[in-house]
Amino acid sequence: MAQTLIKAPATAQRGEIIEVHTTISHEMETGFRPGDDGKILPRNIITSFSCHYNDELVFEATLFPAMAANPYIAFHVLATVSATLHLTWQGDRGFRHTEDLPIQVL
Amino acid sequence: MKPTSYKHSPMKSETHPTRRQLLKAGVAMGAWLCVGPALANSDELQALIREFSGNAPVAPSQVLIDIAPIVDNGNTVPITVTVESPMTGSDYVTDIAIFNERNPQREVAQFQLTPRNGRARVATRIRLATTQHLVAVARMNDGTFWSHTVQVSVSIAACLEEVV
Repeated sequence: MAQTLIKAPATAQRGEIIEVHTTISHEMETGFRPGDDGKILPRNIITSFSCHYNDELVFEATLFPAMAANPYIAFHVLATVSATLHLTWQGDRGFRHTEDLPIQVL
Repeated sequence: MKPTSYKHSPMKSETHPTRRQLLKAGVAMGAWLCVGPALANSDELQALIREFSGNAPVAPSQVLIDIAPIVDNGNTVPITVTVESPMTGSDYVTDIAIFNERNPQREVAQFQLTPRNGRARVATRIRLATTQHLVAVARMNDGTFWSHTVQVSVSIAACLEEVV
């Protein structure tokens, strides 16, 4: 089970632009690196990240092996109504992790 | 007679390169040799940017890469890309792509934005295998493309050493 660390304000004014910081525990094995036996370790990375504001897709990312381990992504979201941010990470070997983040718009 | 050399013998190990230092030197040398076909890499990078823009012209403006010019450890390098845009429904950034010149693979990350982001700025952490150029390309909703190129010097390469 991957661990995530998410930082975003719990409340925001209507029309405020908030920043969402996310990081998820993942080795992000590049597929270019030899292991102890000298053989190349197979690639195992997170390949995509998305953020839905309720049902609306507001931000997406496609990731490649050049992303550092425990990928950190920070982006902005325009707070319009109280909602839940649905964050989804997907990757190699069927990796999938979701987090829900409530945000209250005053 | 006193064997004076004893006095100095413990010093020897300090000045002598350790196995780790030797390995690092070897890795650095390997990296140095690998960068030989720099032009080829650069061509590949330009080809990929052209593919991203669909052969549309890419102007070096509007985009700003914020990254340290010298990084100690290429395994995790903070980078922020900001694009000048009002991010309104009629004028916004649709995509930001980051490419590198000398990693094993040219792509780093691609972000799809919407007016609902409010601000066209993305921060992340990347790996850099060696000293090289980085290019961020932004696509606006009107179909124009903008970019920024920076050079980053890397002292400890990613990919080649075991992550500590």
